[in-house]
Amino acid sequence: MTGQPNGMTDRGVSRRKVLVGGVRAACGAACAGIALAALSEKSEAVAPPALRPPGALAEDKFLSACVRCGLCVRDCPYDTLDLADWSDPAATGTPYFLARNIPCEMCEDIPCVAACPSGALSKDLTNIDDARMGTAMVVGRDTCLNLLGLRCDVCYRVCPLIDDAITLEERANTRTGKHTIFEPVVHADTCTGCGKCEKSCVLEEAAIKVLPTALAASGDDDHYRLGWEEKRKRGESLLKDVLDLPDRGYDAGRPLAAPNSVGGYQEFKP
Amino acid sequence: MTVRYGANPQRIPGRDAIAVKGWLRAHKWLIARRSAQAGFLAIFMTGPLFGLWITKGTLAASMTFDVLPLTDPFVALQAFLAGQVLATTGLIGAAIVLAVYAVLGGRLYCSWVCPLNVVTDAAHWLREKLHIGKGWQPNRNVRFCVLGAALAVSTVFGTIAWELVNPVTMLHRGIVFGSLFSGLSIGIVAAVFVFDLFVSRRGWCGHLCPVGTFYRLAGQKSIIKVSAANRVACDDCMECYAVCPEPHVLPPALRHGTNGGGSPLVQLPDCTLCGRCIDVCPTDVFRMTHQFDFRETCHAGAAPKAAALAGSWLKEA
Repeated sequence: MTGQPNGMTDRGVSRRKVLVGGVRAACGAACAGIALAALSEKSEAVAPPALRPPGALAEDKFLSACVRCGLCVRDCPYDTLDLADWSDPAATGTPYFLARNIPCEMCEDIPCVAACPSGALSKDLTNIDDARMGTAMVVGRDTCLNLLGLRCDVCYRVCPLIDDAITLEERANTRTGKHTIFEPVVHADTCTGCGKCEKSCVLEEAAIKVLPTALAASGDDDHYRLGWEEKRKRGESLLKDVLDLPDRGYDAGRPLAAPNSVGGYQEFKP
Repeated sequence: MTVRYGANPQRIPGRDAIAVKGWLRAHKWLIARRSAQAGFLAIFMTGPLFGLWITKGTLAASMTFDVLPLTDPFVALQAFLAGQVLATTGLIGAAIVLAVYAVLGGRLYCSWVCPLNVVTDAAHWLREKLHIGKGWQPNRNVRFCVLGAALAVSTVFGTIAWELVNPVTMLHRGIVFGSLFSGLSIGIVAAVFVFDLFVSRRGWCGHLCPVGTFYRLAGQKSIIKVSAANRVACDDCMECYAVCPEPHVLPPALRHGTNGGGSPLVQLPDCTLCGRCIDVCPTDVFRMTHQFDFRETCHAGAAPKAAALAGSWLKEA
């Protein structure tokens, strides 16, 4: 090449042309890379209501591992799983499920995890009860039949970890003043996020929904300490002299309720 | 050398070959290739369609008869760069696929397996019908840059980057999982078709696709080769150039006289081993062979017949 005049190669292509072509190619590829990077940023999170299969790694690790082959989808005996398309709420080609459509039936042999060739569904999950696909939450606190004072109990009864992941907490029904409200309470430390509760909620729009754990969890907060716990640990109150601040907006002489009012137990006539 | 095209003024590639060898022999490799593409798709489809499971999964990773794992090594590499070593079955699958293409021929994937090849071939066919020229021809090295960009984004952003846009797996997944028309997959595939049809002749597979580029790099020293063994019979009709998806691979094998001999093998790893040049050559210059076959032959089969045919056309014209 060096022996040629005017920087021409032996094939008659000028060095400038080669350089320009190379720079152009590099610029084009850089544009493609930037677009791809933007896309990968956008796909960082799995959006509710999409849930990952049992054993799925944390979302960022999941996206670096899942090869999007669909083998978990194929081996799911209940057709729970599906592969996301561009328009679905999870990264393209990755497996997800919608609890309200088909929840996870929590197979003991966990065939989806067994089928995964990538490790995106971790083989460390051997007991399906340890799965954390999400966390159920009673989101419809004003529509849940149990919270309205009725005995629906369906979410509680279908829960594979009944009395662990969902318990019914009793409290007084202040509306009737007579009955008990059996409030379904989800315990995030045991809830697998299988979604059977959400699937079977009798309402038009489920009052209990499984959310991705990252969204549902409030996280540990070590900033605040519980006085009674500290007292128990230490054997005595942390504060020697209880602070007694003046009460505001409270008139000690005022009667607690109007003497002639009716209501509650007195008013209730079945 | 005889100048032909008396009755083929538009130079429709393959027309002379059909006249000389008959339709079937002039489409032998094309039929074999389409059959292979259909077959590779069919083994994924018998399960969802008829409950007869042969291969589960997609081209990204699959399991055949519950014993043979196969993984796309390009996907495995991206996952590795993203910080995730695949599970053992995935790694074994990637090693098998890599070994097969490295030994047999890297871009065999492109022309014999890849479902998108049918789409881009269709775009090319239509492009020729509509007499659209070459269009924009990006530098052939752009594909290496795209490959590099995909690997770089995978590394930096910790995700299998190319799978976010890969039209190959989107098409395959769309067909196998029946979601082709329910989302944007068909849009991406259509974009590739339109790009190849109106923007760039053979643009996607030949200039941009990093999947094919990865297999091309893997198959640098592979065995299966097309040989211009009978190159003395070449009459420069240029039909092989017209049908070849990577026409720049042909001259080193064909131009024996001008460059002082050399191997008749198509050595450049860009060759997709589609065999279309073998089909359309009226003088049977090419044949499918292996890396160690340097033989040059001059079989008198088709050549004189072609010359005779050409003579009759010239008379007609």
